[in-house]
Amino acid sequence: MTLPTFRADDDPGPSFVDVLRRTGAGPQWGDLPREMQPHEITHGTTVVAIRCANGVVMGGDRRATAGNFIRHRTMEKVLPADRHSGVAIAGAAGPAVEMVKLFQLQLEHYEKVEGAELSLEGKANQLAQMVRGHLPAAMQGFAVVPLFAGYDTRRGVGRLFEYDVTGGRYEESDFAATGSGGMYAGTVIKIGFRPDMPCDAAVDLAIEALFQAADEDSATGGPDPVRGIYPVIATITEAGFERLDDEDVADRFRALVDRLSATGTTTTGPAPSTKRGRKR
Amino acid sequence: MSMPFYVAPEQWMKDKADFARKGIARGRALAALVYADGILICAENSSSTLRKINEIYDRIAFAGAGKYNEYDRLRIAGVRHADLKGYSFSREDVDAQSLANAYAQMLGDVFTHEVKPMEVDILVAEIGTEPDADRLFHILYDGTVIDEDRYTVLGGEADAVAGRLKSTYQPGISLDEALRVAVAALAGPDRQLDPAELEVAVLARGNGRRAFRRLTRDAVTEALRGGEAAPEPPREAPEPAGTTTAPDDGDDGTTGA
Repeated sequence: MTLPTFRADDDPGPSFVDVLRRTGAGPQWGDLPREMQPHEITHGTTVVAIRCANGVVMGGDRRATAGNFIRHRTMEKVLPADRHSGVAIAGAAGPAVEMVKLFQLQLEHYEKVEGAELSLEGKANQLAQMVRGHLPAAMQGFAVVPLFAGYDTRRGVGRLFEYDVTGGRYEESDFAATGSGGMYAGTVIKIGFRPDMPCDAAVDLAIEALFQAADEDSATGGPDPVRGIYPVIATITEAGFERLDDEDVADRFRALVDRLSATGTTTTGPAPSTKRGRKR
Repeated sequence: MSMPFYVAPEQWMKDKADFARKGIARGRALAALVYADGILICAENSSSTLRKINEIYDRIAFAGAGKYNEYDRLRIAGVRHADLKGYSFSREDVDAQSLANAYAQMLGDVFTHEVKPMEVDILVAEIGTEPDADRLFHILYDGTVIDEDRYTVLGGEADAVAGRLKSTYQPGISLDEALRVAVAALAGPDRQLDPAELEVAVLARGNGRRAFRRLTRDAVTEALRGGEAAPEPPREAPEPAGTTTAPDDGDDGTTGA
């Protein structure tokens, strides 16, 4: 492998994606066949992000489905993008994982080439461009819808961003949830959210949101004590991206289940419309 | 019509080598030392923005002396090479040896085919999971690769600095001690180097996935102050021949040890 060098007027600069494009080593999503059915593609589901007093909490279930089958039980959908930001993915698993890998590389590549980190805003825009570049594949059923959250070291606050398949970037002030169970998770967070809530409380809220989403949406995986598989929860603060221990998450799920069974607040109603909003 | 002068290939190469060496000798020196938990790279550099030591990949650092724009071009090419390789294969497949070979090819090609050779002396350093697997590849302006053992010196007066290091360096020393030894060797017997004139970075095994860290000026000051109780005796040792293999005439190697 020789050193990749470019003429000064054709230099890709600090963008790794452009290096890939010029060297022809990038992923080729445009060639996917149109006839693929949803059950042939592995999908990831519910992910959430909540802003808290000193940063952001992100969470995601572990289940990947292909149609009505469970394809994978231990998928990681909440991943560090770099030291102070994380990305959570919902949608077609293959392209989503590839997109995160490329996004992580892009941020690190920029930092190494330029000698300085991108701003959080710059990172969010970069991800929007990647989602936008993925639109042709999204139109064929391979949509990837990420959440991006991070601690803005220049402003000293946590910030979070939602995307749509066209690369639309929407900054949310409080929380965001996406994926097939995102509607349920979002409702739970909406009810439990308080401005400037401590990150510890936001972790519990994310756990409850994922629990309720898994309760209503078959494509979202709940806590699995038999196999010891629990959703991934991470906090992003000034100290950086930290994934919570599985033990810690398991304890919090146990506490939630105890609370729900003690107060009898779990509904068994046949349709989501019977779901009651709980006062907290 | 005048006849073009005939220049013997030997003379042509020698002129190029002299030219490159002169350019490199103008740059201030840089030392890299293997210490107990990693590799220390210490450069004399009064600029805090134009760096001489940089991160290439998880366990690989790059340093150089000589012309800045050429150094920077090589550095960015190295980052691209490593990131492309890690993307195509896996992160653990990116190693210093293949990078050093790629640099050697490029420098060798430029030296042979271009009118002006590159005026840079570069180092590719890599820490392994075990101390035995630490690597220091020193690459000369003409593409010569030298696999250095415990320490290496690049840039102007490299031989003198390496001579001083030879008498003070001990295998398995601590980071603070390695830094004091390196700074004393760079400064020489007649002057003192202020932390503001130093650029210091380490590849340390305890740093997690990305092993590269810059040492802040405060950390450097702190480490240097710790050694004042036992200052290094300034000794000027004669420089041994070492492993230097300058291609055409070995009397003016830009490296030592």
